[in-house]
Amino acid sequence: MSSAVAPATVPAQVPVQGGRSSLTRSRIRAAWVFIAPTLIVLALIAGWPLARTIWFSFTDANLNNLTDYEFIGFENYIANYDGEWLGLLTDPDWWRSVWNTVWFTTISVSIETVLGTIVALILNASFPGRGLMRAVILIPWAIPTVVSAKMWNWMLHDQFGVINDMLLRLGLIAAPITWTANPDTALWTVIMVDVWKTTPFMALLILAALQMLPGDIYEAAKVDGVHPVKVFFRVTLPLIKPALIVAVIFRGLDALRVFDLIYVLTANSRDTASMSVYARQQLVDFQEVGLGSAASTLIFLIIALLIVITMAAGRVRLSGDPR
Amino acid sequence: MADLVLKNVRKSFGRAHVIHGVDLDIKDGEFIVFVGPSGCGKSTLLRLIAGLEDISSGDLFIGGERVNDLAPAKRGIAMVFQSYALYPHMSVYANMAFGLELAKSSKADIDSKVREAARMLQIENLLDRKPRQLSGGQRQRVAIGRAIVRDPKVFLFDEPLSNLDAALRVQTRIEIAKLHNDTGATMIYVTHDQVEAMTLADRIVVLNAGRIEQVGTPLELYHRPANLFVAGFLGSPQMNFIECVVSHVGAEGVQVQLPNASMLTAPVSSQGVRVGETVTLGIRPDHVKVSPQGSLTGRIELVEELGENHLLYVDFGKGRHLTVREPGDAHHQAGQEVALSLAPEFCHLFRETGEALPFLSESKAPAPSSPDMSSRAA
Ligand SMILES: Nc1ncnc2c1ncn2[C@@H]1O[C@H](COP(=O)(O)OP(=O)(O)O)[C@@H](O)[C@H]1O
Ligand SMILES: [Mg+2]
Repeated sequence: MSSAVAPATVPAQVPVQGGRSSLTRSRIRAAWVFIAPTLIVLALIAGWPLARTIWFSFTDANLNNLTDYEFIGFENYIANYDGEWLGLLTDPDWWRSVWNTVWFTTISVSIETVLGTIVALILNASFPGRGLMRAVILIPWAIPTVVSAKMWNWMLHDQFGVINDMLLRLGLIAAPITWTANPDTALWTVIMVDVWKTTPFMALLILAALQMLPGDIYEAAKVDGVHPVKVFFRVTLPLIKPALIVAVIFRGLDALRVFDLIYVLTANSRDTASMSVYARQQLVDFQEVGLGSAASTLIFLIIALLIVITMAAGRVRLSGDPR
Repeated sequence: MADLVLKNVRKSFGRAHVIHGVDLDIKDGEFIVFVGPSGCGKSTLLRLIAGLEDISSGDLFIGGERVNDLAPAKRGIAMVFQSYALYPHMSVYANMAFGLELAKSSKADIDSKVREAARMLQIENLLDRKPRQLSGGQRQRVAIGRAIVRDPKVFLFDEPLSNLDAALRVQTRIEIAKLHNDTGATMIYVTHDQVEAMTLADRIVVLNAGRIEQVGTPLELYHRPANLFVAGFLGSPQMNFIECVVSHVGAEGVQVQLPNASMLTAPVSSQGVRVGETVTLGIRPDHVKVSPQGSLTGRIELVEELGENHLLYVDFGKGRHLTVREPGDAHHQAGQEVALSLAPEFCHLFRETGEALPFLSESKAPAPSSPDMSSRAA
């Protein structure tokens, strides 16, 4: 343009369309082309069923005849008939299932995180047969949940179960315990089986994080004479925390959706029913598609809310202690 | 006192023997440099001293006490790692204080130690930063600071400067030398860089394949290498090696016949040397001169100008080469034929075992920079 003095230093013409060069624009276009198939598939297999579920939750649809239903607004959630409150939000069984689920998730994920960390620390040490141990420990995770739940069902059986038998022989209990039927033990039993099944998964995720840690800082700590316990809490734990948080979120989401384990172990028992079990019962056993959909929608909302809270909390803590 | 004694120290990893019997006496306050090619076992030897690896056999004494079975923390050592080994999630301050917290020192005590070390290393303004917010040189200084605060009897450094750029390397090298002067602690320093070895060491230990080749002051090793390996390892460009045959032995030295049939008498002991024996003549590039009376003729293959001096790579037939270093700018071009003279008093002779023949007069150590230009080659 005006500068004719030093043509070599004049920058190439920069298009000023919204500050984006044509290269940037073509990159953005390419990005959209690449993610479009994924977005379409996601919309079809996740978006559409979700939208349909939400829609059904505002209708009085019945499983007998899914074509004939009416829009009833929020009546599945909450409604007032002649001064009496009805609907999902007033159903104590629903709230019981919410409580069961939250309790189950909190306790089982906590135990799995602690146990998983311990197992990962052991597997991270070098000892003969470590490779084999890493494979063996994954077996509970590899067995389909229905199979392992059935297996535990038999082991926990009040008359023929090996667990009652062992405890009786050891003299730890006087009479067989109906582990899955007794309201005092049912939820704990479910938690115990879930811990047995999922700890290996947790351990593997944490092991992966442990193996990313630089080895030299441990040698530095050794030379400095820092006690191993202190090294764990002051060095290892802060360094694997990001991975730990991801693992906890993963497992937490999984646990909030828990269905098969509880259904196989305890069927529709009120003492253990999770939100998913409740929704299935409404939808299949009682044929109430509208009510079941309302429950499913609430599950979706609750999980979404918990994700947002966890991620926000995680980010706050992460940014407070960045790596 | 922090003198170290290694007695026949060996180390093997499974069936791989890495250190083959090292004997070494290190005096209190000495600056010792382990130098050697990559993979020769320098780090392993240092880690044996630190206690990060178990000694397979042999004894290690620190301050007169056998410490083979003592935990690293109890040996009174501090180590600076090549990779810095800083705790990535801790501030510079916490990095330096972390190792002190367990010792019975009070908070105020720790604080004053950390600040003192930070002042010494000029990193006071970095105390709140995380390691990833620091440059390589700053990280290295934090790592050194972490060692200083422990007030060790022995500092161990494993190639501490190898990740730094050239300018910073020189600067940090000087700081380490200063640290040695200030603290008076014993220092053991591993490097593969011979300039670091020459400049820092009171004594250099040259290692090769898990064995000590030679121990001595930098100039001893430079002027009186005990064998071919040390001669070739120290000095850049490398010492020239020419195969020759012994033609005469006498009280004045050993006369050898060079490949072009000219004779040269090196002032070395002829004890045990036979006429007709093949030996390797070694001479540093500074002691080869281009001179009209030169006995060896060859063609210049390459000229390298370095400013303060220049290098000539001369091919004198059958694929044999000599490197010549002369001061100032080159007055020759590649392709030119030149005659070279070798200063006999700077010629080393190595027997076929690699062992050097001792010089006759140890007192007359040749001045390194102004070699006699006259050629006495017959
Ligand atoms: N933990 C180990 N296990 C097996 N071999 C090792 C181990 N540490 C080092 N070595 C071997 O010992 C030799 C010397 O290594 P090292 O002391 O690191 O050399 P340097 O520091 O001189 O480069 C190398 O051949 C290396 O492969
Ligand atoms: Mg090394």
